[in-house]
Amino acid sequence: MTQNIHEQNHAKNKTGSVCPGPTTVRGKISIRNVTKNYDPDGANVLALDNCSIEIEAGEFCVIVGPSGCGKTTLLNAIAGFHGISSGEIYLDDELLCSSKKTAVPSADRIVVFQNGSLFPWYTVLENVVYGPDVQAKMSKSQARKAAEELLEQMGLRGILHSYPSEISSGMRRRVEIARAMINNPRVLLMDEPYRAMDALTKTVMHKHLLDIYDASCKTVFFITHDLEEAIFLGSKVYVMTTRPGKIKKLINVDIPRPRDFRTLSSEHYRELKLEAIEAVHEEAKKAFEAGERELA
Amino acid sequence: MTKQKPSYFMGINLRKLRKTIFGKATYRGIVAIIGTIIFWEICSRLNVPVIGMIPPPSLVFNSLSELLRDPDYWESWVVSFQRVFTGFIVAQIIGIPIGLIMGINRHFRELSFPIIEILRPIPPLAWVPTAVIFWPTPEMSITFVTFLGAFFTMVLNILGGVKNVDIRYVRAAISLGSSKTDIFWRIILPATLPSLFTGMTVGMGITWEVVVAAEMIASRSGLGFMTWQSYVAGNYPVIVIGMISIGIAGYISSSFIRLLGGRLTPWLKII
Repeated sequence: MTQNIHEQNHAKNKTGSVCPGPTTVRGKISIRNVTKNYDPDGANVLALDNCSIEIEAGEFCVIVGPSGCGKTTLLNAIAGFHGISSGEIYLDDELLCSSKKTAVPSADRIVVFQNGSLFPWYTVLENVVYGPDVQAKMSKSQARKAAEELLEQMGLRGILHSYPSEISSGMRRRVEIARAMINNPRVLLMDEPYRAMDALTKTVMHKHLLDIYDASCKTVFFITHDLEEAIFLGSKVYVMTTRPGKIKKLINVDIPRPRDFRTLSSEHYRELKLEAIEAVHEEAKKAFEAGERELA
Repeated sequence: MTKQKPSYFMGINLRKLRKTIFGKATYRGIVAIIGTIIFWEICSRLNVPVIGMIPPPSLVFNSLSELLRDPDYWESWVVSFQRVFTGFIVAQIIGIPIGLIMGINRHFRELSFPIIEILRPIPPLAWVPTAVIFWPTPEMSITFVTFLGAFFTMVLNILGGVKNVDIRYVRAAISLGSSKTDIFWRIILPATLPSLFTGMTVGMGITWEVVVAAEMIASRSGLGFMTWQSYVAGNYPVIVIGMISIGIAGYISSSFIRLLGGRLTPWLKII
C-alpha cells in the first residue's frame, strides 16, 4: 500500500499533470508487446504490431491515430470482447489477457462506445441502475438512490424518466458516463465517445468529462483521432501508426490540471499540439497514399 | 410555460385521446368516406362501366338495416373473429419462442431454417385439403390454416429482429456485468419487440385474408362464407356488406395490435 502511494507520488513528479483529486491506487494497465492478427477469409491482416503501453493508476491516457490503425482493437482486447495473438495485458499486475486467454468482460472495465449504447428501451434512470441491478451488488432501492444522486451531481436531474431518444446526444453521452461511473470501475474505456459531435458541444462535453475525472481520478483509456481533444484531455498521448498499428510516439502532456478553455490558448498547449500534428500528419499521409495504391 | 396536467383514465391520456378523436385527421377521414359513398351512388345511377355494376349505397343501406337485426349476421362476425384470434394467438404462443430460440441458438437455427423455408412459400390456402383430411373437425382445419398464415410471418420477423440486435447493446450489457439470462431478457427481448409487433401487424392482415378464403372453401359460417353465399344466391347488396364488414373487422384487429404494441414499446412512440 505505502509503496503504491510512493509510486503515485513519483508519477506526479514525473508528468506534473496528475489528477488533482483523490490518489488512485487501482487501475494500472500494462500492455506488453501486444500483437493481433485477423484472419478474415484466409487473408492475414496484422492489426496490432508489438504495442506496449504503460498506464499508471488514475492516469488519463489517450491513444490517437488514423482510422483503422487498431485503436479499437486494443480497447476491445482490454474490455474482453476479443483476444490477442501474442503479448500480455496486465491490470494491477494481474494477467488480464494473453495469446492463450481472452479477458473476461467485467464491470471494472466499462466501455463508453463510439455511437452511444444507452439501451433505448430503458429510461435514463433504468439505464444507470442497470449495472448495479444485474450485478446484484446493491438492493434495488439503494441502486436507485445512488443513481439519482449521481445524475443530480451531473446536472441530469430533470431527465430521469426520459427515454434516450428524447434527450440530446450530449446528454446521452453524459448519462452513459454516469452508467459506467456508478459501478465504480477501475478503468473507463472510451472509444471515440465524442465523434460526430459539433465543436461547441464537444467543448462542453470535454469540460464535463474533465470535471468528473478531476473529482474521481479513475484511470481513463481514451481513443480518438482528434488531436486537440487528445492533448486537452490526456496526461499521456500515444500516437499510433497506420496499419499495422504500432506505437509511434509518446507525448507527455505536462499541462497542469484542472484544465479549462484557457488551456487551449496557452503557448505550451500549442507546442505539444504541433509535436503531435507532425507525428500524426506523417501517418495520415501514409494511410492516404496506401489507400491510393490499393485503388490503383 | 404552463403545462396542463394530463388526465388519465385506465392509463390512457384522455386529452391526447380527445385530440385524436376530434382532430383534423378524423374530420378528413369522415369527409373522404362520405365523398366516396356519394361518388359511388352517382356512378351507379349513371351506369358508369365497372363501378356502376356494384349495387348502389342506397340499396346496400336498405339491406344493411335488415341485416343488423339479423342474429345470423352477428354470428358470422363472432365466428370469424374466433377463428382469426384462435389461429393468431396459437401462432404467437408457438411462433414467438421458436423465432427467439432460432435467433439465439445457432444449432437450432441451422436445423430448423431449411424446413421453415420450404414450408413457408406454400400459401396457407394450399394447406386446406390436407388440413381438412388430418384435422377431425372443419373448425379445427380452418383455425389451423389461419394459424399458418400468422406463424411463418412471426418466426421470420422475430428471427430477423434478433439478428439485427445491435452488437453495441450486447457488449455494453456484458461490460456492465450481465449474465446470459440478463442479456436475453433485458437486451435481446426488448430489442426484438419492434420487429415482433411488425410481425404481428402483418400476420394479423394475413390471418384475415386466409380466414375469409378458407370460409369460402371449407365452411358454412363466418363473414367469408356469408359473402360467398350471397354471391351464389344473387343477393348483391349483401356481398358488398360482407366485404365492408371484413374490412372493418381487419381494421379493428390491427388497431388492437397497434394499441398493444404502443403500450409495450413506449420508447418508440408509435401512438
